[in-house]
Amino acid sequence: MATSAAIFRPTSIAGKRLSRADDLAHAFTFFFAALILGVTTLIVCQLWIHSSPAREKFGFGFIASKLWNPVSDEYGAAPFIYGTVLTSLLALSISVPLGVGAAICLSELASPLLSAALTFFLELLAAVPSVIFGLLAIFTLVPLMRDYVQPALIGAFGFTSLFSGPAFGVGYLTAGLILAVMTFPYIISVSREALLAVPREQREAALALGATKWESIGQAVLPFARAGIVSSVFLGLARALGETMAVTMVIGNDPAIHASVLSPGYTIAAVIANEFTEATGKLYVSALIELGFVLFMLTTIINALARMMIVLTTKKGSAKA
Amino acid sequence: MSRAMSARNMRRNAINNVMLSLTAVCAFVTVSTLFLILGHLVYNGGTSVDINLFTKLPLAPGEPGGGMANAVVGSAEIVFIASLIGLPVGFFAGIYLAEFSGKKFGILVRYAADLLNGVPSIVIGIVAWTLLVLPMHRFSALSGAVALSLMLIPITARGTEQFLLEVPRNMREGALALGANKWRATASVIVPAARKGIMTAMILGVARISGETAPLLFTALNNQFWSSGLNQPTASLPVMIFSRATGPYDDWHRQAWAAGLALLALVLVTNVTARLILSCSGSKGASLSG
Repeated sequence: MATSAAIFRPTSIAGKRLSRADDLAHAFTFFFAALILGVTTLIVCQLWIHSSPAREKFGFGFIASKLWNPVSDEYGAAPFIYGTVLTSLLALSISVPLGVGAAICLSELASPLLSAALTFFLELLAAVPSVIFGLLAIFTLVPLMRDYVQPALIGAFGFTSLFSGPAFGVGYLTAGLILAVMTFPYIISVSREALLAVPREQREAALALGATKWESIGQAVLPFARAGIVSSVFLGLARALGETMAVTMVIGNDPAIHASVLSPGYTIAAVIANEFTEATGKLYVSALIELGFVLFMLTTIINALARMMIVLTTKKGSAKA
Repeated sequence: MSRAMSARNMRRNAINNVMLSLTAVCAFVTVSTLFLILGHLVYNGGTSVDINLFTKLPLAPGEPGGGMANAVVGSAEIVFIASLIGLPVGFFAGIYLAEFSGKKFGILVRYAADLLNGVPSIVIGIVAWTLLVLPMHRFSALSGAVALSLMLIPITARGTEQFLLEVPRNMREGALALGANKWRATASVIVPAARKGIMTAMILGVARISGETAPLLFTALNNQFWSSGLNQPTASLPVMIFSRATGPYDDWHRQAWAAGLALLALVLVTNVTARLILSCSGSKGASLSG
């Protein structure tokens, strides 16, 4: 009895010590995981607290008001929300057709080697800092737009309000173009992955029924990869909405709503970048922070939608076209 | 009948050819646009880069010459401190997510990390401003570093988790069968096995934050001179590029191109190196975009 207890006890202590080490490691890493949760909550709280002067003064009218006048201390978000949404939509209307087309070419037509090489190149481009795109936009794209593209557009479609006004070079369209280029890598690489995940049988069945290659892509492959492609669009959209530097350098800084895509405007991120350090007075700063809160909500909703699409795809596939 | 059929088939074939060529045109346009603009940057940067950029301080506005040595050092300083904060937090949180997390809390933390990763960088800048600049009453390198570390944490956490989960199940079981407890198995078997992947994720994360401008605009601000401490405004390469590019002088524009090329080279070289490390380790299936 005594001996067996003597033998047993040390192991049980060792066992306890072992599990205590486990508990310790668990608690230690848990602390850091909880820290992530805390930081994310903190971001929401800070934005909410520090925007309170503007929220209390303007209420929900802040979002709809077109007035932005620091001198008379009156602030409204409408021109910036309009600019943010318009530039992002312009960007997507260019980058989605081109990007999805390129993804189809890379996944269905190109040789695996070429496809892998170009994808590697595209992933590198996703890492290029946005200030560098801004640099290229301000010195290359703006003169190009001012001297050639915008006069041509005004000449051809100047009678519509969409393309009216003088050619400034900077403005919604220029910002949309540089955003389109910046979203190419995301849309192409995520769409390409979705297309590559489509089972081979799907293509072969269509081809065996006598479909041409394009018909098999359009009727069998694209519907299957639909959710993945849509999520790539949402990811591109979230990126375009929150993009700061490149847009700030070419948007033209005009806090007003214009129908013409050629005219200068403003976006949420750009006005924060330009005016935050110069903002004097509590209300001015808190109005800018409230704009930041609006931007945060916009991108969070879009990101959540993108994530939902991805979860839906991985759960069921999206074959039911 | 057969003639009608063949006419229809000809039409189908024509559509097929047109559409497939169109996708090829799309691929060509997108890829060549990206090549063109990068080529343009390399050309303009290459013709304007000089050694003064890395050895001299900025001169008075408008005076040609000078450099941005203080911005190079300032960037290194800010990114180093951001890494000191962000990498350990992200690493241990990643271990928790992969090895210890229960189902519900794990999902919550994962969601929070993805949310944090999606927050626009300018908003991160605002938050760092409210947390540090406002109470300290001054712009500082430290607040810039905290802003960047907030971006680095979720990247590192999710990367670490992803590569830990890729470690084969039998290695885990082998360690546990030898009598190791969970902590021992994680520290001496699983983490070392995923070492290369985790390092790659960390290097890519650091490369990403070193090019960020927006979070630094109103935290670290900018400085024409050497910064005298962590609690002082500090110049950084991306902010310097922004202020030079939007400034009125030709020589500033030249410096912006040169600094842009330097920043691009730094980011691309780090990226290629990190991806080479990963491909040597034979780990696969991990998409590292973003």
